[in-house]
Amino acid sequence: MRFSTATPMVAIMVEMTLIDAVTTALAWELDHDPRVVVLGEDVGVNGGVFRATAGLQARFGADRVQDTPLAEGMIAGVAIGMAAQGMIPVPEIQFMGFIYPTVDQLISHAGRLRNRTRGRMSCPMVLRAPFGGGIHAPEHHSESTEALFAHMPGIRVVIPSSPARAYGLLLAAIRDPDPVVFLEPKRIYRLNKQNVEDNGKALPLDVCYTLRQGSDITIVTWGAMTFETLKAADQLAKSNISCEVIDLATISPIDYETILESVEKTGRLVIVHEAARSCGVGAEVAAIVAEKGLYDLKAPIRRVTGYDVVMPLFRREMDYMPSVSKIADAVRETLED
Amino acid sequence: METIADFEIQYSQFLDPAGKPSADIPELARDTGKLIDMYRHMVQTRVFDTKAINLQRTGKLGTYASCLGHEATHVGLAAAMQKDDVLAPSYREYGAMLYRGVRMSEILLYWGGDERGSDFEGPKHDFPFCVPIATQCLHAAGAAMAFQLRGEARCAVSVNGDGGTSEGAFYEAMNIAGARKLPVVFAVVNNKWAISVPIELQTASKTLAQKAVAAGIPGIQVDGNDVIAVRHWVERALARARNGEGPTLVEAVTYRLSDHTTADDASRYRKKAEVEAAWKLEPLIRLRQYLADIGAWNEKKEKALLQEVAANVDAEVQRYLNMPKQPIEAMFDYMYRDLPEFLEEQRDHAIQYGDSDGGHHG
Ligand SMILES: Cc1ncc(C[n+]2csc(CCOP(=O)(O)OP(=O)(O)O)c2C)c(N)n1
Ligand SMILES: [Mg+2]
Repeated sequence: MRFSTATPMVAIMVEMTLIDAVTTALAWELDHDPRVVVLGEDVGVNGGVFRATAGLQARFGADRVQDTPLAEGMIAGVAIGMAAQGMIPVPEIQFMGFIYPTVDQLISHAGRLRNRTRGRMSCPMVLRAPFGGGIHAPEHHSESTEALFAHMPGIRVVIPSSPARAYGLLLAAIRDPDPVVFLEPKRIYRLNKQNVEDNGKALPLDVCYTLRQGSDITIVTWGAMTFETLKAADQLAKSNISCEVIDLATISPIDYETILESVEKTGRLVIVHEAARSCGVGAEVAAIVAEKGLYDLKAPIRRVTGYDVVMPLFRREMDYMPSVSKIADAVRETLED
Repeated sequence: METIADFEIQYSQFLDPAGKPSADIPELARDTGKLIDMYRHMVQTRVFDTKAINLQRTGKLGTYASCLGHEATHVGLAAAMQKDDVLAPSYREYGAMLYRGVRMSEILLYWGGDERGSDFEGPKHDFPFCVPIATQCLHAAGAAMAFQLRGEARCAVSVNGDGGTSEGAFYEAMNIAGARKLPVVFAVVNNKWAISVPIELQTASKTLAQKAVAAGIPGIQVDGNDVIAVRHWVERALARARNGEGPTLVEAVTYRLSDHTTADDASRYRKKAEVEAAWKLEPLIRLRQYLADIGAWNEKKEKALLQEVAANVDAEVQRYLNMPKQPIEAMFDYMYRDLPEFLEEQRDHAIQYGDSDGGHHG
């Protein structure tokens, strides 16, 4: 039984950061759906190491917002067990660098349960984790490995890039009947504020969001890189280069129609992601366009990505990352081709 | 019905918090030189740690995990080890690493965001810091397998926290180590907290030492603020291991006197009174008192030690601060022994953008 739409609501516009939006969406769902349980390391009393769950345990109690022992395989595994038995667990993994013990549970169980039981059972859960570099963090705290999860059949991977999308997409993820890995770009957790209406309205999953209309070139990106990309687009506009910027938002499954329509219009495609290049989600976007939109292309596709290296520790992390100038140069080169 | 298995867990302490012997002092502690050596290292660790926190606060170091209060556990276990044994630490065991010859400047480099911090000049075979909790326990077991296969009289020691005992890897490591009688010691540093999660929420187990029972290996709990107890029992465990008798779990009970890291604010989740009470049990005072009581230590020696230690720390801090950044290509050059061709193009790209690009990330 769902309460979210049935409950009378007062729409309140609140200025919030991306992380506030996560907290607000979690609070909404905890408030409106008794099946929702938040669990993870330090999410209760401490409110999460990034404060994404701040105040939630005080408000909803220690049964609904649970501090767990330190074991990520356990967290994912018990979430699957709960989900299969009618709850909607929303586990937090403290950093993406510690998500790997969940991989076994996700690929072997969460993504397969519905299929294996021919629909008798399912796994409605949302595994949240902050990810990405650029915050001067210690080792294992800066990687972007969304492609690992995008490669898992039966799992949705969602990455918000603004407070409004964090709010709306997290609500949608929690209400989705299947497992979602919800990755939060922590570099932009507090980068800017936006007015978001706390009205319980979800945004659609499985669609891209066009952040900027343009006619010369399409740039597909997601997460924190939307910021560098939009800046590059601003810069290029001064040279009369018109970029269309698309936020992939749902990394898997990909809304290829929006991308193909855009490429049909612009004839050129640059893909920007912070994750390592090889076998990254950018490769999938490029493959889709090669398969379904090749004849629209006037130039080869370019990728601006992290390098295929271990994420450098923070003294050199920015040299790993795609930057405004790397993106702008790639756009110019693609236009010259 | 009959009882077919049961267990007991022993607790050991030799020096009480006031520095008075609470049990028969073991052989090692009759050697005043050894005690002074450990005391020096504990003080050095404390001074280093304080300095590192200052560096972080003044923007010269990244996030840092303080080892305040863990000095006896760290120094005691390292002092028990032989030079060619292998340490597999987590991220907090500076006392142990420094004792084994890691440089302070290396530890600072690591937390300063520079990979060269894990390229030890000293103990070449020791594992680097390990942040993914408890994964290092398996590496210690693996190292011990290597020693066993080659017939070497060497041992491995892994260190993990109370929180780490909840991870599968911790059990998996103890289990194979027990099954194969591997020469490994699992040191568990029970500092009562895993970030904000207290030990009572971590496990229903009365001790962490008893987690050894299911792996069929001995476990003992020691006062982790008593360096004599830590060293004595880790020495005994290592002697057993070296003798082919297999692994041991040594739980050292101490307290995390600091925040979890400099990015943490422990006042959110734990009571001041608890921390104040824990300060009364801290490890330096009792050893200093004991040394003074046996006539081996005095104000003058203390002053001289503090001066010497401060000078060491300053020199290492300078070395750290003077270290230029690694070149950009370093991120490629250690990926494989031989750089694959496809990476050369990326390497060139990175160099081309180089330092000049550093500020343009908004
Ligand atoms: C696999 C994994 N999960 C989560 C983290 C984040 N984290 C870092 S330290 C820590 C708590 C560790 O507690 P404990 O094992 O008691 O060691 P202590 O920090 O107290 O020394 C957590 C959850 C991590 N580093 N690795
Ligand atoms: Mg601990």
